[in-house]
Amino acid sequence: MKVSEKWLREWVNLDGKTSEEIEHQLIMSGTELDGVDSVASAFTHVVTGQIKSLEQHLDADRLTVCQVDVGADELIQIVTNASVAQDQKVPVAMIGANLPDEQGKPFKIKKSKLRGESSQGMFCGAETLGLSGAIAEKSGEGLLIIPDDAPLGTDLREIYDFSDVVLDLDSTPNRADLLSVSGIARELGVIMQTAVTLWPIEKTEVTHDTNFPVKISCDDLCQRYVGRIIQNVNTQAQTPDWMVDKLACSDIRSLGPVVDVTNFVMLELGQPMHGFDFDKLVGGIEVRNAQEGEKLTLLDGKEATLRSDTMVIADQNKALALAGIMGGEASSVGDSTKNIYLESAFFVPNKIMGKARTYGLHTDSSHRFERGVSPDLQVKALERATHLILSICGGSAGPITDVISNEALQTQSTINFKRSQIKRHLGIEVDDARVVDILERLECKLEADFVDKGNEGWKVSPPIFRFDLATPEDLVEEIARIYGYDNIPAVLRPMKPLIALPSEEQVRESTLQNILVERGYQEAITYSFVPSEIEGLLAPDQQQIKLSNPISEELSIMRSTLWSGLIPALDKNVKRQQSRVRLFESGLTFVKSDSGLPEQRKKMAAVITGALHSEQWSKPSRDVDFYDLKGDVEAILAEASAQQFSFEKVDHLALHPGQSAAIICNGKQVGILGALHPNLEKKLSLDQTVFVFEIDLDLISKKKLPAYVGLSPYPSVRRDLALLVNQEISYAQIDKVLKNSQIDALLENFVFDVYEGENVESGQKSLALGLIFQDFSRTLEEQEISTSIEKIVSALKQEVGAVLR
Amino acid sequence: MDQLTELKQQAEKELTATSTLAELDDVRVHYLGKKGLITGQLKQLGKLPAEERKGAGQEINKVKQAIAEQIDARKLTLEAEALNQRLQSESLDITLPGRKMEAGNLHPVTRTAKRIEEIFMQLGFSVEEGPEIEDDYHNFTALNIPDHHPSRASHDTFYFDDGTLLRTHTSPVQIRTMENKQPPLRIIAPGRVYRCDSDVTHSPMFHQVEGLMVDKDVTFADLKGILDAFFKAFFEDDNFKTRFRPHYFPFTEPSAETDIQCVLCSGKGCKVCGNTGWIEVMGCGMVNPEVFRHVGIDPDVYSGFAFGFGIDRLAMLRYGIDDLRKLFDNDVRFLKQFA
Repeated sequence: MKVSEKWLREWVNLDGKTSEEIEHQLIMSGTELDGVDSVASAFTHVVTGQIKSLEQHLDADRLTVCQVDVGADELIQIVTNASVAQDQKVPVAMIGANLPDEQGKPFKIKKSKLRGESSQGMFCGAETLGLSGAIAEKSGEGLLIIPDDAPLGTDLREIYDFSDVVLDLDSTPNRADLLSVSGIARELGVIMQTAVTLWPIEKTEVTHDTNFPVKISCDDLCQRYVGRIIQNVNTQAQTPDWMVDKLACSDIRSLGPVVDVTNFVMLELGQPMHGFDFDKLVGGIEVRNAQEGEKLTLLDGKEATLRSDTMVIADQNKALALAGIMGGEASSVGDSTKNIYLESAFFVPNKIMGKARTYGLHTDSSHRFERGVSPDLQVKALERATHLILSICGGSAGPITDVISNEALQTQSTINFKRSQIKRHLGIEVDDARVVDILERLECKLEADFVDKGNEGWKVSPPIFRFDLATPEDLVEEIARIYGYDNIPAVLRPMKPLIALPSEEQVRESTLQNILVERGYQEAITYSFVPSEIEGLLAPDQQQIKLSNPISEELSIMRSTLWSGLIPALDKNVKRQQSRVRLFESGLTFVKSDSGLPEQRKKMAAVITGALHSEQWSKPSRDVDFYDLKGDVEAILAEASAQQFSFEKVDHLALHPGQSAAIICNGKQVGILGALHPNLEKKLSLDQTVFVFEIDLDLISKKKLPAYVGLSPYPSVRRDLALLVNQEISYAQIDKVLKNSQIDALLENFVFDVYEGENVESGQKSLALGLIFQDFSRTLEEQEISTSIEKIVSALKQEVGAVLR
Repeated sequence: MDQLTELKQQAEKELTATSTLAELDDVRVHYLGKKGLITGQLKQLGKLPAEERKGAGQEINKVKQAIAEQIDARKLTLEAEALNQRLQSESLDITLPGRKMEAGNLHPVTRTAKRIEEIFMQLGFSVEEGPEIEDDYHNFTALNIPDHHPSRASHDTFYFDDGTLLRTHTSPVQIRTMENKQPPLRIIAPGRVYRCDSDVTHSPMFHQVEGLMVDKDVTFADLKGILDAFFKAFFEDDNFKTRFRPHYFPFTEPSAETDIQCVLCSGKGCKVCGNTGWIEVMGCGMVNPEVFRHVGIDPDVYSGFAFGFGIDRLAMLRYGIDDLRKLFDNDVRFLKQFA
C-alpha cells in the first residue's frame, strides 16, 4: 500500500522521528518498503512570477515572448510555447534551476536563445516539476496554477507544501490490519512505543427516516451488512484538496466526491465501501449467491457471466455488484445522482478468497476482504463516510440498517499463553513487563494467572482486527517481532554429531560426475521442460507429459530423456564455433505411470561430438567414435563394481542401428548408448556426428566392498593366440568361451588387436588374444599350459568357428 | 730408449687419441690382449737368462699396470663424455604442454550446491531428495497453505491437467522426510524448483536448498546461529553480516527473511543492493505446529526450524554472474570459466 507519511503522522505521534527511522523500524518489524517517493521532484530555484507583457515571436508562430516580474528590480524575458495570458501568475524556473528530465535526472536551466530571442528561464507545468496531488490534477496539462495572493519571487516550495513523501509499503498477506493508514499508525505506535491518535468518529444526525430493507441469504459468506440512504446529495461538489492529495499519494485519482470519500475511508480505516445510486435500486438489498450464468456489467465496463459460487449484492430484480470485488455500472453514482445508498459489509475472508481472481480481477476491495476486514469496522466506516459526504456534498442522512447474520462474529477466542513458550521457541527470556507491554500495545487483552497451579502465563484475547493471532506461536512471533529479531542472539550451540556419510557400497552420483569431468566433459543444466517435437523424435513411444500452463510451447513437455535438453545444447555450441563439445547432465526424467505421480527417475546422460582431444602437438587429431563413448560409459559402470554389465545390440529409433547398444544388468536394461541415427541428425539439422548415452542411476548403484585375496608368489605365463573368425562373431562371444573354459589357471584374457583387410579373407577378421596363466600353489609346467591352450583353441573352434592363424 | 719405454709412450699416445669406448677397447686389446704387445713381451721372458727374468718381468708388469690404469681412467672420462652427450641429445622442450585429456568441470550451480552441502554436512546435516512433479498436498496443503490462500498467488505454479504440479519450492522434501523419519532430524534438500515466471531476473526453473532441523529444544536463536555460521563459511569471512527481518510464511512461525551484507560493496551500498547494503537471500523460520501435525510429529514435544534459499543466486553473487539466464544457456565458453 502506498501511503502519505504526513497522513501517518496525523495518526501516530512521530515527533522527532525522521523518515529514515520510520522506514527502518517498519522494515525490521516485517513490513517491506518497496520505495520512497517525494510528492514532488527535487527541483530547485523555481519561483513565482507574473507576466507583465507578452507578444508573438516574430519568427515562430507557436512561441510567445514574455516580460516577467519575478520580484526583482528588472523584468526578465522568457520565451515559451505554453499558452499564457497577460498578468497570469506563473512558476518560473530561473537560470541555474535544476529540473528533473524524463529519466528523473536533474538538468540545469541555462540562458538560451530561441529563434533569436533570448530566454532567461522557463515556465513549469505539474509534470515538469514531477508533482502529483490536487494542484497537479487541477493544473492539468497547462502551467502550474499559482494562487493570486502569492508574492512574486517566492520559492514555489514556500507557496505549496511539497514536503510529504509517499511510502510504498508491502505488508505480508497475514497482516490485513496494515492495509490502512490507521492500521499502519497503530503498528508504528507499537514498534516505536509511541502514542496513537484515536480520532473520534463523528455521528451524523439522522434527518430522514427512509429505510431500505437488507436481507442476507448467504450467511456463511456475508456476516454483516450495514447501509443507509443519504438524500439530496450534490454530486457536483468539489472534493477538497487535502483529500485529493492524500488519495493521490496512494495512486487513487479523484473521480467525484462520493467515490472519493468511499476510497478515502477505505484508505483511512481499511473498510472497503460502495455507494449506489439509490434511485436505481428496487425493493431492497439482498446479499445472495449469483444465479449460474447471471450477467452483470461491472464498473470497468466489462460484462461478467457469474457462477453460482459467487456472492452478489442484489436488489429485488437483479445483481447490482460483485460482493467485495467491484460495483456494477448500472447502479453506480453518476453526475445525475441525487440520492445515494452507502454500504459497508463484512465478508468471511476464506470464503471470498480467490473469487476475484477467477474473474480475472484484483481490486483494492477484494485485496482487503480476502485478507480480512475487521468485523467491528462497518458502522464506524459508514459514520465516517456519511460525515465526510455531508460536509462536502450536503444532504440528509437516514437511519443505519445493521444486519448481523452471525452473532459470534465479534467475539475473539482467547489464547492460553505460557511464559515458557517464549524461551522454548526463541531461545531467550523476555521480561514479563516487556511481554505485557508488547501485547497490550498490540491491543491484546490480558488476564494473568490462567493456570490454577500458579502464574505460568497469561490468558490473551487478541484484538478483533488481528485475524492472524490465534495460537501461542502467533503470540511468540509478535513478541519476537516487536522485541526485535536483532536482539535475539545467533547461537551456534554444541550439537550431537550426526554422521551422514553414505555407505561405501553405494555408488555416489558425485563420483560419477567427477569421472566424466576428468574425461573432459562439461556439466550442463538444461530445462526439465522441452519442445514436444524433440521428445517426439527421441522418445517416439513415450506418452508426453504436458504442462497445462507452460511459458511457451518450447518449454511445455516434461523430458522423458535428458537427451532432449542436451542435444540442442550441444548443437547450439557447435553453431557457436565450438566444434568439440562434450556435455553431460544428471537429473530427473519423467514418464507417465498408471497411478499417482509420474515415474521420476534420476538419470545421467552425455552427448559428445568433434575431436577426441582438443588439438595438440603430439597426437594426430581424430574424431570421437563409438568406442570412445563406450570407454566413458565403462568407466562409469566400473564404479558399480558389484554389478555385471553386458552390451547388447538394440533397436532404438533415435540411434544408428549398427552403432548402438543397450547396457544390460541381470537381464534388465540400465542404459543405452550409440551414435545418433543419421536421419535424426538430418531432422535436427545437426552438423556433426553425435554420440550419446543415458544411464539410470538407481540401477547402477551397487559398489563392491573390496575383499582381499592373497597374491601368488609363483610366476605368471603369457601366451598369445592369433585367431581368424567370421566377421559376425562378436568379441563378447569369444570372451564367453574363455570365461566358460573352466581352466582355473587362466587368470586373465584380453584382446590386443582386431584386424580386417589385406591377408585376411573377406568376411573374416583376425583377433589377437593375450592369455595370462598363473597358479597360487606352484609354478606352472610347460606341459600344463600347452594342454590348456589346446583346450581353449578347440573350444573356440567348436563354439565360434575360430581357427589359429 | 728401450723397447718397453717406447711401447709405453706409444700406448699413452694412442690412449689419449681415443674418442670412443670401442676405440679404447681396441687399444686395450692391442697392448694388453692375449696377443697384445705387452702380453707379447711377457711371453718373451722365457727366452731371457734366469737371472734377468725376474727383473725384466717386474719392469714389464709395471708398464702393464700403468697402461691398464690409464685405460681405466680414460674409460671413465669417455663414459662421462658419452653420458653427457646422451643427456644432451635426449633433452626436451619441457615447456611444451603434456599429453592429456583436458578435464571438464561441474556447472557453477552444482559447484555451489556441493559447497553448500559440504558446509551443512559438517554441521551434521544429511542430504535428501524428492520428486519434482508433486501433488498439491505436499507442495501446499501440508505446508499450511490452503486453497486460494493469497500466498499461493505468489508461487506462480506450473500445473498438469491431473492437478499435479511442478514443485514451487524444495519445502515438500521437508514433508516427505518427516513423513518417513522420526526426529531428531537435520537435513538439507537441494534441487530444482519451478515458477511460471520468465524475465531477466526470473527463470522458470531454478535451484533451492531446503533445510530442516527438528529436535526437542530447537530455537530461533539456533536458526540464527546455524545460518550465520553457514554464510560466514560460504563467503569465507568471519565478519560476514546477516540480518533477519520478520516475514510471513504459512509453514513457519515466527518467520524471517534473511538478508546478507552485499558482497559487491561489503554493505556500503551500491546498485546491486539498491543502496541498502543488504541482499535478500532466504526465507526461514520455526516450523509451524500445523506442519508438524500434518506429518504426525507432536509439536508439544518437538520444535524445529526450516529455511530455503536460492542456489543460483548464491552462485551468481559468489562468482559475479550478472545474468541468471546465462546459467541455463550451457554455452561451453561460459561453463569452462568455472573449472
